[in-house]
Amino acid sequence: MGDEVLSINDLHVSVEGNEIIKGISLTISVGEIHAIMGRNGAGKSTLANVVMGHPSYEITSGTISFRGTPLEEMEVFERARAGMFLSFQYPSSIPGVQVGTFLRKSVSAVRGENAPSARDFRKELKGHMESLDMDRSFLSRYVNDGFSGGEKKRLEILQMLLLNPCLALLDETDSGLDIDALRVVADGINSIAPEAGCLLITHYQRLLEHVKPDFVHVMIDGKIVKTGGAELAGDLEAKGYDWLEA
Amino acid sequence: MSGDSARDAVGDYRYGFHDPENATIRFDKGLSEQVVRDISELKNEPQWMTDIRVKAYRRFMEMPMPSWGNCDMLNQIDFEAVTYFLRSSEGTEKNWDEVPEDIKNTFDRLGIPEAEQKWLGGVTAQYESEAVYHSIREDLEEQGVLFLDMDSGLKEYPDIVKKYFGTVVPASDNKFSALNTAVWSGGSFIYIPKGVHVEMPVQAYFRINAKNMGQFERTLIIADEGSSIHYVEGCTAPTYSTESLHSAVVELIAMDGAKIRYSTVQNWSANVYNLVTKRGIAHSNATIEWVDGNIGSKLTMKYPAVILKGEGAHAEVISVAYAGKGQHQDAGAKVHHLAPNTTSNILSKSISKNGGRSSYRGMLQVTPKAHGCRSKVVCDALMLDADSQSDTYPTMEVGNSSADLEHEASVSKVSNDQLFYLMSRGHSEEEAMGMIVNGFFEPFTRELPMEYAVELNRLLELEMEGAIG
Repeated sequence: MGDEVLSINDLHVSVEGNEIIKGISLTISVGEIHAIMGRNGAGKSTLANVVMGHPSYEITSGTISFRGTPLEEMEVFERARAGMFLSFQYPSSIPGVQVGTFLRKSVSAVRGENAPSARDFRKELKGHMESLDMDRSFLSRYVNDGFSGGEKKRLEILQMLLLNPCLALLDETDSGLDIDALRVVADGINSIAPEAGCLLITHYQRLLEHVKPDFVHVMIDGKIVKTGGAELAGDLEAKGYDWLEA
Repeated sequence: MSGDSARDAVGDYRYGFHDPENATIRFDKGLSEQVVRDISELKNEPQWMTDIRVKAYRRFMEMPMPSWGNCDMLNQIDFEAVTYFLRSSEGTEKNWDEVPEDIKNTFDRLGIPEAEQKWLGGVTAQYESEAVYHSIREDLEEQGVLFLDMDSGLKEYPDIVKKYFGTVVPASDNKFSALNTAVWSGGSFIYIPKGVHVEMPVQAYFRINAKNMGQFERTLIIADEGSSIHYVEGCTAPTYSTESLHSAVVELIAMDGAKIRYSTVQNWSANVYNLVTKRGIAHSNATIEWVDGNIGSKLTMKYPAVILKGEGAHAEVISVAYAGKGQHQDAGAKVHHLAPNTTSNILSKSISKNGGRSSYRGMLQVTPKAHGCRSKVVCDALMLDADSQSDTYPTMEVGNSSADLEHEASVSKVSNDQLFYLMSRGHSEEEAMGMIVNGFFEPFTRELPMEYAVELNRLLELEMEGAIG
């Protein structure tokens, strides 16, 4: 496979003095789907947020590089423009900003000179919205304002498809979805996967029935304790996490 | 103060340019009864108007400064340092080409003639004390719509002016309405006949160019039974290190079933005192809407008011205020429910940044006889940093128990999570802040004609530039 998009080396991360991530190393290449599984509080979401650059987290040691560039040299928006995408577990609402406007502005910010013309953008948008089974009335609503859990997740996936990232971090994108929505979201992930590296953060196996990971990592207390193939997710479903704890 | 420090004081203001001053008549600074009489004489006014002015001048001299609002800033006003009348053009032109070149340049830079061609039913442009350009679409004129600058209105329709002038905002209402009544010049005079709907907005543009100038326009709009109009005004001034005073009076009269919408985007430079009295009377089933945006000025004190005089009348006041460094926006709304089954909505949104201060000051009155009234007041404040200030002063006087009143107020901050979310979509911190701010003002912006909405959004995005650090 080769093309590394994300390389994490012995990463330690703290929030307000508490160490949450305690030495993680992980490499993701184009075309690979990695799943990180673990209980609530294991540090999975922290990992995704740190890679995207959330200001509340402090990297105390270790390095992260994105397409060969050390991340500390890149602002959050520069990471996005270079092709990194985070699907949020809890996306913020932006009252007064219409989804349509927001999507158009984001596409032109991220894709820059390669952004589609207004006409091509509308076409692209229409296609993705149909595939995600989203009604056009979404476009005139305010970003995530009063959205149900499922609507928020669909909007995240719609953004992912439009921004066409080379690294997609999906933080609990499957939680709170009914089976139809789960399938729609999985289709979205599968459609970008061949051209991107994907990191799925989840504590259910459900999503992995629709998106087949190349690697499954189990995270307990800020560390990756076991790495395996897709079959590991099945083992976790059957046996839980206790057998992996020291 | 050097040019640079003047710019520091007022920030980055794109209308801050000034053009050479070519006054044909300029009064000496300062105010006296003689100045008031001279203005009236120069304009060849009827004796009754001279009398109104002189009486108002005496009231102004007697009345104390308001003891509320930003008293420190108010008391810095030096009335003797103000120029009360300045004429820049010999007349009001109907043909744009005949407007004096330098003035024309100013308005060209502000995009006025372009807007007129595209989307306006009529336009008046006031430069210093008087209108320099005026036009109205022929079809409106044929329907009997009167749209003139106020000085011409007084000359051509003295009976209408005499009947209504000062009936909504009397000279004695407050110190600044007294001052305006004494020295008023320019403004708009509009009459819409019964049943006529003016579909395209008419616009007035106010520009102060000279230093230490006082602009005291006076606007009177009368919408006869069942008619409607949308009036839009914009204001800018150059950036000087010394202060200018803008003190307008606006009177609206909506007869039975009429509708007046009055939209303002006030973007004075940060050296202008903006002390304005705006009030309308709504008769039975009439609607008055104030859509009021305050972005510029040093100190604004303005509380658009509606007197709901006839049964079933409705008031709508939507206002936004942006207070940046050194600015105080003291704005709000007043609604007086005098008749039964009258309704009102007040929405006020304010943003404070870089130590700016915004205040909401509201008055809601329901008289004992006004049964079955409904009113909703919503005030939202957004603070962009910890140095800034926001306060609210709501007053309610409710004289009967049948009123259905709602009041909501909120103060919020831009959250790190919102910024992070937007930045993760490729927007810089400044762009993200601009989007949040525009979104916050959206309930106001969507009420503006599109050209104004686009301009306002752009303006706010510029305000966010260099704001973060």
